[in-house]
Amino acid sequence: MREISTDTITRVVRELFMKANYNIGADVLAALERGLKTEESETGRVILEQIIENDKIAAAEGVALCQDTGLAILFIWLGQDVRIVGGDFNTAVNQGVREAYADGYLRKSVVDDPLYDRENTRDNTPAIIHLEIVPGDKIKIEVTAKGFGSENMSQMKMLSPSAGEAGVRDFVVETVRAAGPNPCPPVIVGVGIGGSIESCALLAKKATLRPVGEQNADPRYARLEKDLLEEINYLGIGPGGLGGTTTALAVNINYAPTHMASLPCVVNLCCHAIRHAVAEI
Amino acid sequence: MTIKYKKITTPLSDEVVCSLKTGDSVLLSGEVYALRDAGHKRMAEAIQAGKELPIDLSGQVVYYVGPAPAPPGHASGSAGPTSSYRMDAYTPTLLERGLKGMIGKGLRSEEVIASMKKNNAVYFAATGGAAALIAKRIKKVELIAYEDLGAEALQKMTVEDFPLTVVIDCEGNNLYETGFLKYKK
Repeated sequence: MREISTDTITRVVRELFMKANYNIGADVLAALERGLKTEESETGRVILEQIIENDKIAAAEGVALCQDTGLAILFIWLGQDVRIVGGDFNTAVNQGVREAYADGYLRKSVVDDPLYDRENTRDNTPAIIHLEIVPGDKIKIEVTAKGFGSENMSQMKMLSPSAGEAGVRDFVVETVRAAGPNPCPPVIVGVGIGGSIESCALLAKKATLRPVGEQNADPRYARLEKDLLEEINYLGIGPGGLGGTTTALAVNINYAPTHMASLPCVVNLCCHAIRHAVAEI
Repeated sequence: MTIKYKKITTPLSDEVVCSLKTGDSVLLSGEVYALRDAGHKRMAEAIQAGKELPIDLSGQVVYYVGPAPAPPGHASGSAGPTSSYRMDAYTPTLLERGLKGMIGKGLRSEEVIASMKKNNAVYFAATGGAAALIAKRIKKVELIAYEDLGAEALQKMTVEDFPLTVVIDCEGNNLYETGFLKYKK
């Protein structure tokens, strides 16, 4: 068994959330630059220029690229030959989040009770932790600081299997159309197909984290991603929703086996400020 | 870029408000009041209860924002717009009190648009996610009231050349309704 201390986990989580909140991925920046070249609307180009300049300022100065520094979400792949020492695992993860948001001048956006009290917890915890046990003696941690302007525009639908590809297409495109300017386009469209109601949402969330430009390994899903991206960009919503041809930077689909009676579909929207970072311990 | 900006300064007169047309690019300078969900609820409730407000709203502009904390040496932390629709329930009450401009992002309700037409007001979009860029245009931030609301407190921001787009003008023309038509395929 390889021993990994909770202090190490706290330190890595702290670093990842600061890095994610200051630095946009090179994949997103490249997609924004491509958008700037092809965007037909003059206003749209102005918005894209502002976004690109913003992302460069944030990285250069080490400041939050969006004021909504998000709900702290972590995907953790824990090697089964790792022994955690020094304390409680979940406490260590939350301590890393707490330190990142305090030391990194990041906004604390979490409220305790969702319906009644809605009091800010003042340290951006608790984090959402998704844990998987995998072979090996390492821990891989991917964090995302998820903004809720786009999260609020996400949708779920339990389609009938007879709805087929056309049903999925209509649902995805309609979700983006109805969201209009609200999710801060250009967006990343994460689509989950299959599984159960909760696992489908996770498929969609993970799809938002796939690098922009990387296609699904299955050629049928890769084609669907390409078709949906084209169809969404034909909606005309454009940067900031002010009209234009750059509405989405990517459509990423993840799929999984499901029950014979269902075709679950989740569309998880993310703004152009898709903040995520990964490390392996 | 060949885009032409209209330069305006707060407070806004009816004349300036009605000279702005949907789709105009604007650089706004002067003072704006940062106010979002909880602050709107509190202000609208105070108006309905006949209580005095911490500021005189006439001619003023509110900015829907909950900034990140300011790092040392910065006047403001990152401060991009938040989604405006969450303020819709309270907005007509504020417009009746003389509010002239709103800065946010995203769709507004029919009630808000009707009240804007009635009260001569303008709705601007700031670029969602351009928070670090916008923070550089904020020169000073002062806490005015509702301190207990934390990131949602009422703050006065002094801004210089804040880049905005007129989405809904005082006649109710709405770029979110018309902007996509030209690019729809």
